[in-house]
Amino acid sequence: MASTVDVSGNTVLTTPPNQQSDDAHGYYTLGEKIADTKAPAGPIKDRWTTHKMNNRLVNPANRRKLDVIIVGTGLAGGAAAATMGEAGYNVKSFCYQDSPRRAHSIAAQGGINAAKNYKEDGDSTYRLFYDTVKGGDYRSRESNVYRLAEVSANIIDQCVAQGVPFAREYGGLLDNRSFGGVQVSRTFYARGQTGQQLLIGAYQAMERQVAAGTVTQYTRHEMLELIIVDGKARGIIARDMVTGAIETHLADVVVLASGGYGNVFFLSTNAMGSNVTAAWRAHRKGAYMANPCYTQIHPTCIPVSGDHQSKLTLMSESLRNDGRIWVPKKAEDCTKDPRDIPEEDRDYYLERIYPSFGNLVPRDIASRQAKNVCDEGRGVGPMVGDFRRGVYLDFADAIKRLGEDAVREKYDNLFDMYERITGENPYEVPMRIYPAVHYVMGGLWVDYDLQSNIEGLFVTGEANFSDHGANRLGASALMQGLADGYFVLPNTIREYLADGPFDAIDESHPDVVAARTEVEDRIQKFLSINGTRTVDSYHKELGNIMWEYCGMERTEDGLRKAIDMIRELKADFWSNVKVLGTADSLNQSLEKAGRVADFLELGELMCIDALNRRESCGGHFRAESQTEDGEALRHDDEFAYVAAWEFGGEGGQPVLHKEDLVYTAIEMKQRSYK
Amino acid sequence: MRLTLKIWRQENASAQGALQTYDLDGISADMSFLEMLDVLNEKLQGEGQEPVAFDHDCREGICGTCSLMINGEAHGPEVTTTCQLHMRSFNDGDTITIEPWRADAFPVVRDLIVDRSAFDRIIQSGGFISANTGSAPEANSVPAPRDKAMRAFNVATCIGCGACVAACPNGSASLFMGAKITHLGELPQGQPERYSRVVDMVAQHDHEGFGGCTNIGECASACPKEIPLDVISQLNKDLRDAMRMGL
Repeated sequence: MASTVDVSGNTVLTTPPNQQSDDAHGYYTLGEKIADTKAPAGPIKDRWTTHKMNNRLVNPANRRKLDVIIVGTGLAGGAAAATMGEAGYNVKSFCYQDSPRRAHSIAAQGGINAAKNYKEDGDSTYRLFYDTVKGGDYRSRESNVYRLAEVSANIIDQCVAQGVPFAREYGGLLDNRSFGGVQVSRTFYARGQTGQQLLIGAYQAMERQVAAGTVTQYTRHEMLELIIVDGKARGIIARDMVTGAIETHLADVVVLASGGYGNVFFLSTNAMGSNVTAAWRAHRKGAYMANPCYTQIHPTCIPVSGDHQSKLTLMSESLRNDGRIWVPKKAEDCTKDPRDIPEEDRDYYLERIYPSFGNLVPRDIASRQAKNVCDEGRGVGPMVGDFRRGVYLDFADAIKRLGEDAVREKYDNLFDMYERITGENPYEVPMRIYPAVHYVMGGLWVDYDLQSNIEGLFVTGEANFSDHGANRLGASALMQGLADGYFVLPNTIREYLADGPFDAIDESHPDVVAARTEVEDRIQKFLSINGTRTVDSYHKELGNIMWEYCGMERTEDGLRKAIDMIRELKADFWSNVKVLGTADSLNQSLEKAGRVADFLELGELMCIDALNRRESCGGHFRAESQTEDGEALRHDDEFAYVAAWEFGGEGGQPVLHKEDLVYTAIEMKQRSYK
Repeated sequence: MRLTLKIWRQENASAQGALQTYDLDGISADMSFLEMLDVLNEKLQGEGQEPVAFDHDCREGICGTCSLMINGEAHGPEVTTTCQLHMRSFNDGDTITIEPWRADAFPVVRDLIVDRSAFDRIIQSGGFISANTGSAPEANSVPAPRDKAMRAFNVATCIGCGACVAACPNGSASLFMGAKITHLGELPQGQPERYSRVVDMVAQHDHEGFGGCTNIGECASACPKEIPLDVISQLNKDLRDAMRMGL
């Protein structure tokens, strides 16, 4: 083995790195601990039942007097709009897309977990709960996760009743497959388009309520500000993206189901429009942002092909079952046709470093090692910046062993997709893959009721932080989105709405006018800077910084550097961005400007959060905190808490509020893949 | 590669539109079609011109947002969505004409963006199964024959992009509607509303200004998800049965 091959070159530490204490970084201050999450006491299996019973009811006749704003129409928002509409509330649903059916939940491929135990393979609510907490590296709130597992079975019933065409066996009953390394088969699926089918189900249920008059849908509308009156969330300011009109929408309660912020990295598997603005505007108004640095980076995506790249495409990680991952041992071989590189000059690095797991190591490890070999200059494919960013995923052995027909039968659609995007035939030339950002576990802080620390502001789905800890298991995002939307939110929001309808407020209320003026001023500011750089160029630069320093591997020095770079970039943005066109027309540059301005602020907070968390857990890998084998090393004594960040004001320092994670139904262990 | 682009520019719904010509150089065959337009837009903004507005979101062929007529073909020359079309399908020196979906029921909003809200209203008129949250029976209590479930899934892959309408000389949405009617009609859960569904959806379709189907088949050949033409036969069959029932 060539001696230049080095796993990471980082110092291995088994105790927490000796850094300055919490608030000495000079980046933030320490606030009060979060004392009450409203998580009920008692045996974990009874908590949700008891809580539902204790939450007050809203009389059906009163429901139509209650206005509910829901921002986002993905699984969490669409399901909530449908369910709240059916219950008789007066729902206003907002999405930036031209139809609710286009929300990015639609792109989810693999499946949805549910503890049905149809396979009689020992699954149970407790086992799903256990797998999810462990998969999240013991950084999620156990009461929430147990509830998620508990309602999972109802989700499947609901979806089937709506006509979601799940895969079935010959007898007409539902099929399951195994997924994400767990030992039971609990994943329900609709080929590789499960997200699409579930979302269409929620969308159709919601459209039915539009026809019934309980839901009003506002498409091509973007929430730009949260309205808070007397300490309660009472509405939003939205921009009609076609006419440019700034609209005020008032309500008794506001629900954010606005998705994740992976696009802070510019390149991700998210949709182009996915953004943090709704959540970030709420954060600036006082809502805590929890664990913002927890990002999931998926190992099997189609690599970047050049500087023009706008988006990354994920391919099912099932490919790692038969493909072998390698790069050339020598950097000078990286430009050769891979078929001409002899066996002895190839480095099957995962098989070499992890002989027992080989190519099937967990997602975070596979991703990090791919980055390491590329950083060493041994990546393949086109140059992107200073490096080639790709590794081979080679099916030559599998084709030899199983025959091309067998490989085709298993992976045909994926191979086709690969060929369409890259123009290369993976039956003949090894595939090239590279990790990409595709989900964020962090999000707005919520209590057990999914209510943020702002009264009357609820947050569901990927937009909140609560259920996945530091790492999300496959097929669990769809489960959480629908659990929140169909079963959790409708049962928790009624406790809050039982005190409504709240005092009527007028559009001329000073707090409403102030929120509206803020939005209008900001838009005018974007249009008046008239600098020299496009919005996209700032977004790309921010993405590069985030990927380099707050991506798969993070270090104290790197994060400090990133914070400085982001601050400089932000200052430059506000003095030199160029946004053409007008405020009162469809203006895609203006839309992006607002989103990128918020990403710049979020990026800084993510780096501060990552800097504070001097441990490795799940998707957050601090190079200073690893075992001798290069595995993530947690420090439960210091970091078994949720980091909930309060906005520190313009130019001020964010304030860290800790919520201690207490496990009573499960024992905390160091994850092991050996 | 070097390209000449003829792109439909239209300020807003009521303005007069026209094709504008742009020269674009330095395009790589590995770029997607939309990335080529990103490059054009960065260039235009650098020159102080407003970028071309076009609809797009997931860029992986599933959300159904992208919607371009490319050289007169919905989504261009390959059987895929515009976002999955790559520049290797074109040649150096090509002239490419890019227009919005063309149909009365899809009015232009700006440049290449059209209003497809008529599709939402067709779904509102009956494209669902009425099953309130919480009222569902145990999922396996109603088996669904595998072949029917497979057919339901295959047509449920419709992404609602509207290419079928844009490709149809009559501007008909029969393929879109037929896909939904077939999806829900093949499943046991969809039976109670099967016949009222087809009547209501067809009425809404006609009300929106979509044209009638004359069995030309352009829709199915333009469909990026390869929804088969026989969903329209299914639609007609269900509609005929509904009429016989006096619905």
